[in-house]
Amino acid sequence: MTTAISVSDLTKVYGQRSALSHATFEVPLGTVCGFVGPNGSGKTTTIRMLLGLITPTGGTGTVLGESISHPEKYLPYVGAMIEGPAFYPALSGSENLKVLASLGGFSSSRVPILLEKVGLADRGASKYKTYSLGMKQRLGIAAALLPNPKLLVLDEPTNGLDPSGIQEIRNLIKDLAADGTSVFVSSHLLSELEMIAQSLVMLREGKVLFAGLTKDLLSAQTATLVATPEFSVDLNSLVDIAIRHGHSATTQNGSVHIIGNADWSAAFNRLAFNAGITLASLSTIQPTLEETFFEMTGE
Amino acid sequence: MFNVMRAELRKLRRPTLLISTILVVSALTALFTSIVFLRVNSGQSNGRRGEVVSALTLSQPAGLVYGFKIVSFFLGITALCVFASQTAQEYSLGTLRNLLVRQPARMKILAGKYLAMSIFAIALVVIDAIVAIGISYGLAPHAKVTTTAWFTTSALSLLGKTFLNVLLSTIAYGTFGMILGLLFRSPISAIATGVIWSLILESILGVVVSSSLKWLPGQNFTNIAQGGSTDVGYKWSMLISGIYLGVAFAIVAILFKRRDVAN
Repeated sequence: MTTAISVSDLTKVYGQRSALSHATFEVPLGTVCGFVGPNGSGKTTTIRMLLGLITPTGGTGTVLGESISHPEKYLPYVGAMIEGPAFYPALSGSENLKVLASLGGFSSSRVPILLEKVGLADRGASKYKTYSLGMKQRLGIAAALLPNPKLLVLDEPTNGLDPSGIQEIRNLIKDLAADGTSVFVSSHLLSELEMIAQSLVMLREGKVLFAGLTKDLLSAQTATLVATPEFSVDLNSLVDIAIRHGHSATTQNGSVHIIGNADWSAAFNRLAFNAGITLASLSTIQPTLEETFFEMTGE
Repeated sequence: MFNVMRAELRKLRRPTLLISTILVVSALTALFTSIVFLRVNSGQSNGRRGEVVSALTLSQPAGLVYGFKIVSFFLGITALCVFASQTAQEYSLGTLRNLLVRQPARMKILAGKYLAMSIFAIALVVIDAIVAIGISYGLAPHAKVTTTAWFTTSALSLLGKTFLNVLLSTIAYGTFGMILGLLFRSPISAIATGVIWSLILESILGVVVSSSLKWLPGQNFTNIAQGGSTDVGYKWSMLISGIYLGVAFAIVAILFKRRDVAN
């Protein structure tokens, strides 16, 4: 088994509406995989099918090497938080976790350890209904960690968290991945995913736009060269040079922004030098995951 | 299934549910048992459905369980509300997805929850029996009811039978509540439908079409607790209740097994 999740032609249709259409992708074992897409693109539907909550209309899939038609074979090794945390308001955080521990046949002795891990040790005895959104989210993550999972499926785990909370969750995910846990995480915080996800699955309107390594996705995007001449009177000449060689260019804040990959920067530098222009700086900016996402999804 | 039952019992033993339910059941039992004994020599109705129960009747072995039986309907309604809310809240709170991720065998979820709620119902009936018999015994001298016959073998045998019948009736109402909870997926809708049906609609139907009484589920559940009546036999009520609940439970269990959990 080399994949934590593998789906082929996975489809879910509700009446006339297709929530997911022939999705095919793989999540390598022991990695963090980001799952991105605009709202309503089919992310939660996919996650629910992987967890046996929704029956696919078509296609096949495996989780930890077992078919998704037999979730009982792999769910004991899977931790999940789907579409935000959901617990019993009248029970304490600790009691809520104990309910799930009893249900899954896990030892209740893990409960205080997990509360400590997610920073809720001092509020474990408080009723869930008194928790802030961030605390509820942390409890959801603690619940997902109850089985000591081989695969962790998280749907928007950083919703409602403050910046330090987001950083803690990022570090937690990194630590889990370092220990060999596979993590499949959907998030709208693309800058966060860019930092932790080795691979990505991108959805739009129920269709997979991209599935593969994050670095492959980003390196395939056209970079921007930013050239700053020594004298600002040379800005227009630099724009002309770029356009003459087939690159679009604009001036912004005393620099020229040229659409072109890093391998053209040396040639551009030479062309500027030959035209008698000295460049004070020349750098390449790779598009961020967020920019790539907007470009690919057309959002 | 036993893991599910243990998990469900954790929820059922929360003080806001357990203590408030025990207090309500105990208060109702105390109230109605007291009315029976305190009005026994007043010549006014003091029994079920306007009956006048005399001190002589209460001095018989059946007097031991009269108060216990009289509140069986309220026990049933309480069980209906608890079973319905405990089932439907999994949908309204969105916790069903947590349950199914930790226990994907959906029938085990149903069976475990049902077992746990049945244990809760047993606890309610035990408390009801203790309160009713305790108050009956305490008020018997005031009502000039002799209790000698209450400690005979036949009285104790009657107590055992009544306990079983009240328990079956309570669980039947509870099962009805669970069915409504699975069907409506909303505690308020399930409880409202169950209570309105049992308290109002069945009473109206029974008055308008008296022959319908033997076919109405709530009437038959209550009749089980009474050990049968002159109009509707005990075996008939057991059979009809079993058929209604068996068929309805099978339908909602299939729905529960097949329905996507998309909320």
